[in-house]
Amino acid sequence: MTTPTHDSTHDSHDTHDTDRTRDVWGERTPHGRGTPWPTRVDLHLEDGVSEDQVDRWVSSACLLCSNGCGCDIAVKDGRMVGVRGRATDRVNHGRLGPKGLYGSTPWSHSPDRLTRPLVREGGDLVETDWDTAMGRIVARSKQLLEEQGPLSHGFYTSGQLFLEEYYTQAVIGKAGLGTPHMDGNTRLCTATAAAALKESFGADGQPGSYDDIEHCDALFLYGHNMAETQTVLWSRILDRTRGDDPPRVVCVDPRRTAVAAEAERTGGVHLAPRVGTNLALMNALTRELLEHDAWVDHAWVEAHTLGLDDLRAVVAPYTPKEAARICGVEAEDVRRAARIFGESEAVLSTVLQGFYQSHQATAASVAVNNLHLLRGMLGRPGCGLLQMNGQPTAQNNRETGADGDLTGFRNWDNPAHVQELADLWHVDPMTIPHWAPPTHAMQIFSYAEAGTIGLLWISATNPAVSLPESERVKRILAGDQCFVVVQDLFLTETARLADVVLPAAGWGEKTGTFTNVDRTVHLSEKAVDPPGEARSDLEIFLTYADAMGFTDLDGGPLVTWRTPEEAFEAWTEASRGRPCDYTGITYDLLRGPTGVQWPLGVERLYGDGVFPTDTDRCETYGHDLVTGGTVSEQEHRAQAPAGRAFLKGTAYSPPHEEPSEDYPFRLTTGRTVYHFHTRTKTKRSRPLEESAPHAWVELAAADADRLGVADGATVRLESPRGAIEVPVRVGEVTEGAVFVPFHYGDHPANELTMTVWDPVSKQPTFKTAACRVTRVHDGEGS
Amino acid sequence: MPHLATYVGLADHSEQTLADSFRAVAEGHAQVADVFHLCHTLAGWSDAHREALAPVVERYGEQTDVDEPERLHAAGLAQARDGEIGLLRDLQDLHVLASLVQTTWMVIAQGAQGLRDRELLDLAHACSAETARQITWLDTRLKVAAPQALIVAP
Ligand code: SF4
Repeated sequence: MTTPTHDSTHDSHDTHDTDRTRDVWGERTPHGRGTPWPTRVDLHLEDGVSEDQVDRWVSSACLLCSNGCGCDIAVKDGRMVGVRGRATDRVNHGRLGPKGLYGSTPWSHSPDRLTRPLVREGGDLVETDWDTAMGRIVARSKQLLEEQGPLSHGFYTSGQLFLEEYYTQAVIGKAGLGTPHMDGNTRLCTATAAAALKESFGADGQPGSYDDIEHCDALFLYGHNMAETQTVLWSRILDRTRGDDPPRVVCVDPRRTAVAAEAERTGGVHLAPRVGTNLALMNALTRELLEHDAWVDHAWVEAHTLGLDDLRAVVAPYTPKEAARICGVEAEDVRRAARIFGESEAVLSTVLQGFYQSHQATAASVAVNNLHLLRGMLGRPGCGLLQMNGQPTAQNNRETGADGDLTGFRNWDNPAHVQELADLWHVDPMTIPHWAPPTHAMQIFSYAEAGTIGLLWISATNPAVSLPESERVKRILAGDQCFVVVQDLFLTETARLADVVLPAAGWGEKTGTFTNVDRTVHLSEKAVDPPGEARSDLEIFLTYADAMGFTDLDGGPLVTWRTPEEAFEAWTEASRGRPCDYTGITYDLLRGPTGVQWPLGVERLYGDGVFPTDTDRCETYGHDLVTGGTVSEQEHRAQAPAGRAFLKGTAYSPPHEEPSEDYPFRLTTGRTVYHFHTRTKTKRSRPLEESAPHAWVELAAADADRLGVADGATVRLESPRGAIEVPVRVGEVTEGAVFVPFHYGDHPANELTMTVWDPVSKQPTFKTAACRVTRVHDGEGS
Repeated sequence: MPHLATYVGLADHSEQTLADSFRAVAEGHAQVADVFHLCHTLAGWSDAHREALAPVVERYGEQTDVDEPERLHAAGLAQARDGEIGLLRDLQDLHVLASLVQTTWMVIAQGAQGLRDRELLDLAHACSAETARQITWLDTRLKVAAPQALIVAP
């Protein structure tokens, strides 16, 4: 199987007749516990194109969320004109959601694609050729290296490039330049997932499998509005909850989401803690579990974990009543939720932004891991844990180390790990910047603000909209103190402020792999040529590496690969023997009927109860969950973890910004089902954009009454940092909270949020800020 | 036991100096968000230590007029310094103050052992453990700040 083309062999649901922006999860295919999820192929072709007119189908996977649904791209006359779910793929069994169906291809032939490089001339961006644009970057880069050394360079990347591109960027940054200033916008969405996994299990890597949905009898979704963020995964759950012997659902979310409704429908629980109080709730659930001795698998805990006594002491004060007081939930609901966790045979938990972007993010997410450890519920069918990712390729960013991680889930503080990479890349280990902790995104922007980072290279992301305090970020990007390079598909809000803009090829215009939340690797093949002079991100990085002349110890070129497949093979070597071992996975294998999980042949991690916590193997020695202070090698070794997982507990502390008389509401931000990230792609899809064209603020009915506003009225939302005016939707947030989606550059919710981040994961806290709401007028049109 | 009383007084005083200094650094580097928030949090820990110590101070009577360990009364940071290099120096000063607090608790723990004062011993251990966490954070944050401040900062 070496051809990327697949013939149509299944009956497909052509979405021309069903509007999937309304019917988001599609038709139900219910089935009983332990039976396979039925196949249903979803298809969408652009107006006027029918299935028999398609010239070619090119195999890929959807790049619009972290679910990684396998699909084939329809090509007609050299254009991408639609997508069809792959019936044989283990992730989606043929399905696609509205974002994937309607958002995958229209952006690609949008007239405002970048087709030529741009450089700044007298204040304006003007078109130029590649040599000129790259020449400016290289000149600046060399000058800075000479004058100030590698710490003058920073890279801010994305959760949307391919593995091959990240790996190449990681090698350039870590072994070519030697800068610790590399991070991605993955910091905003998944850093806490990685941090929580590392703290508990010693290394990143999702223990669970999507197939656990078919086997579980209870499902816990923590701060994870899956019904909107990963619609196909939610379809998979609905097909269980609507079938025979359904699992009970427990939802932890301050909003009454579709997940919350399903929790109630299945006899589960919806816990709606006050924004910023997740950890108090988690501590109460943990305490309940420990109070009911029979729920804890003592033999397993004894053999495979460390830290039970300390955890018990930390959670002791958090009675259900205390949780009720702090979180504003019913004590009885806490007891019921704990009982469901304690008495079910097989629990699957998922965690997302409601925990990751909130106060005490890592500690609360670690607490979810603790619950599974206490019941020994890992590595068996139905017993799963998925610390979810927001973006489609975030996992690869972490694996390869294009962000702050060390390539191949290695440990920055372990000299032997650094030496392994130095040997692999054939460079001096001192080049690899392991002498300082890697710089996280917010710090990178602070250095760029001060000008001590003089060259900031931003790929495939739009920090002018997505970072907290967006006005400040725009000032930093626009200023003269730092030379900004942006490579992207469009002239985004960020690209407009750059000194050099490079036109990039997008999904379907280049080849590469990426890995979803349950470790499934997909190959996405090139279906069409990129527009104009646009180049793949891999080509761009290779061009830079060539022009800079990065060499190894023998004077040979540092980056020895040219094609995506060669880059993948180089990465496979870098991952050999590490927890994220890709060996055995090849492009040929990935051209088969389905994506493939790493490590090859391992559906679930930790079935044997052995974790990568050994001091010589682990990815981190761990942190103080309150301060982020690092545990030293000696301290780690003294605990002799030897493959046992850590039970780490932390006391709850109130959020940094509590509502006050002036700012009485708690602000929370989030996503909608129709858009992805800053809408760079999704706003170019008519069905998606028409479904959610504007920002809005959601208020609880009682609060709306009190303010005297109805649906559609315009209100002013003000925090100590900024203000926006947006229409009101009376919705399902809890009283005292307001919700704003974060996708909209023209009404940036992030102007309201404060710059504060989790001490361990360094993920910014978007979810807690205080604000006030005032009525502007009754209609829209602000 | 005049000297134990002196050390109890010293613990109280040096925790206060440390708390005040954490706050001064927080406010002086308010634009550095993590420093701002964590220094306030860690100042709170020192406050809590003083609160827990209050009954002991009452029991032993705080002696501030014994002149022998006067030299140990390190001056706090009244004002933070500017910039990245300034932050580095401020964190180092906090480190010195926290070390003084830690050795003070160590000495008190020894005295409490001798007197079989279990309450004071537990307190000294608990506070000392938290001071160690304050120091660990300072170490970690110093390492983060050092390269950029030393090599590239103007
Ligand atoms: S669930 Fe995610 S990966 Fe699947 S089709 Fe929707 S956006 Fe794409």
